[in-house]
Amino acid sequence: MKKLLLALATTTAVLGFAAAASAQEKAKVCFVYVGSKTDGGWTQAHDIGRQQVEKELGDKVETQFLENVPEGPDAERAIERMARSGCGLIFTTSFGFMDATINVAQKFPDVKFEHATGYKTAPNVATYNARFYEGRYIQGQIAAKMSEKGVAGYIASFPIPEVVMGINSFVIGARSVNPDFKIKVIWANTWFDPGKEADAAKALIDQGVDILTQHTDTTAPMQVAAERGIKAFGQASDMIAAGPKTQLTAIVDTWGAYYVKRTNAFLDGTWQSTSSWDGLKEGILTMAPYTNMPDDVKKMAEETEAKIKSGELKPFTGPLNKQDGSPWLKEGETADDATLLGMNFYVEGVDDKLPQ
Amino acid sequence: MGIVEAILLSVITAATPLVLAAAGELVTERSGVLNLGVEGMMIMGAVCAFAATQLTGSPYLGVLAGVAAGASFSLLFGFLTLTLVANQVATGLALTLLGIGASGMIGESFLGMQGIKLQPIAIPLLSELPLVGPLLFRQDAIFYLSVAIVAGIHWFLFRSRAGLKLRAVGDSHGSAHALGVDVIGIRYLAVLFGGACAGLAGAQLSLVYTPQWVENMSAGRGWIALALVVFSSWRPWRIVVGGYLFGAVSISQLHAQAFGIGIPSQFLSSLPYVATIVVLILISHNRRMTLINTPASLGKPFVPDR
Repeated sequence: MKKLLLALATTTAVLGFAAAASAQEKAKVCFVYVGSKTDGGWTQAHDIGRQQVEKELGDKVETQFLENVPEGPDAERAIERMARSGCGLIFTTSFGFMDATINVAQKFPDVKFEHATGYKTAPNVATYNARFYEGRYIQGQIAAKMSEKGVAGYIASFPIPEVVMGINSFVIGARSVNPDFKIKVIWANTWFDPGKEADAAKALIDQGVDILTQHTDTTAPMQVAAERGIKAFGQASDMIAAGPKTQLTAIVDTWGAYYVKRTNAFLDGTWQSTSSWDGLKEGILTMAPYTNMPDDVKKMAEETEAKIKSGELKPFTGPLNKQDGSPWLKEGETADDATLLGMNFYVEGVDDKLPQ
Repeated sequence: MGIVEAILLSVITAATPLVLAAAGELVTERSGVLNLGVEGMMIMGAVCAFAATQLTGSPYLGVLAGVAAGASFSLLFGFLTLTLVANQVATGLALTLLGIGASGMIGESFLGMQGIKLQPIAIPLLSELPLVGPLLFRQDAIFYLSVAIVAGIHWFLFRSRAGLKLRAVGDSHGSAHALGVDVIGIRYLAVLFGGACAGLAGAQLSLVYTPQWVENMSAGRGWIALALVVFSSWRPWRIVVGGYLFGAVSISQLHAQAFGIGIPSQFLSSLPYVATIVVLILISHNRRMTLINTPASLGKPFVPDR
């Protein structure tokens, strides 16, 4: 019945609105999703986090979510609807919800907000993100070892700092193994369009890349890679089912622990506006099993992962040049978080012009 | 395989669902009915084709299921707009929303399943021809069907008596009715045909284009098909031109990006739409010809006087 109600709500208002429970006295923790909770990627990872909150704190809180909320003016309405319906803590889980979250937060000072991957905060708005680039550095190293042609294809979504950072980290990782390594980038200008993502994958493979990585949300590129017999990396969720002999590893987002921690703080009254940016060490992202690669590559990947976790290795450490060859970081110098979060330039080795 | 051949193969895959859905909608609109529910019928076709393929193991049964799903879904539209005379625009939009929601519900248990691809059928002798062979004669059944359907529609509309009746209904339902033509009956059949084609287009998405099921996987292709019908000024072969032009520009812009030609990707992404608009302007400069082809009763409700 719940499913039926969900479908009805989805059909009448595009937005699916589902109440997980109906007890009145419980605190409400709410989630706003950009995609469908079963997309097999980004949004699904957030929903698994929500389910963990439900499982661990189900006696104290109830959760609600809105899915398929488009970025833009609709987002503000959707978030406001959540705030009005009595949500005490609201997680907005897409970069494009940033301004909408801030605007609604001003109208509802008593409601706490958490915005994923953004950079604007307020007394009642915290931000949280994961250092996905750490995983991309490892992927870059694997790609450089596994590629015979020395060229990887990268399917990107939108030219925002988060995505640019990922491309740079991948290249820096790859070049630490093979200084001549190159990548080709296609901007799909969408997060979610299986057909277009597959077309982009085909275009890259037709132009000679033999490793594929993606920063879009569906498993379509993985499927094309499997069909054409090249290797690929999964994104946001473990995509091994789409390419059992294709996936090398995947960056898996594991938001659950963070959601539980913040919900607890909210219940205790100790919630504060913070900017959390955790990485592999804290476990907010994990690497899917290293598969379909020789043992020495696997060993290298595991060692790099361990070094990143211990803090011994930071991907953005000099000497590094910008794309045009001008120096960026000196020997041993590390980029600070502010630079990374506003990143709008490529490092050396990217065979693409960054859309501005 | 050369790069040109590779590009053309991707173009054919990308254009086929657009051509199919647009061809079906063209027949619907030629009968005077505007069905904006193409996207909804397409996604229903996609999910049912995928589900049936998974359950039976045969992608051909999947194709049949997709066609049946699109057709039966369009029947709902037909009942509301033709029998109950509901507003066509509103009903069409509702059909799209309903289709996206219902397909998500049907597809929930099929998420993440390994798809079964509809395999190409090589036509003997012809498939051995250089370039054209692998491109046109080593394709899947849905591609062959799409060509046959467009040719069939052309013959039907302009060479057959039944087609003449259908166009008469679309141009002036009052006169057609007065002459004893069964307006509602013909429109029902036209709507059903449009639904079946959209369902087939959906089946192509989940069995050929990207053999998997993801919610909302049609991602707006139904709307592009609708635009193609206007683009074609309701002439079947122009749908092929429009669909392949759109597909060609979409795929070429991806290749241009991968090639690193240094043109901003936002501009390249908008190219398919820009190209469509430019061609639309070029072919519509002859207003008289455009008006002749536009079904005059398009979108107008018909209530037979009893």
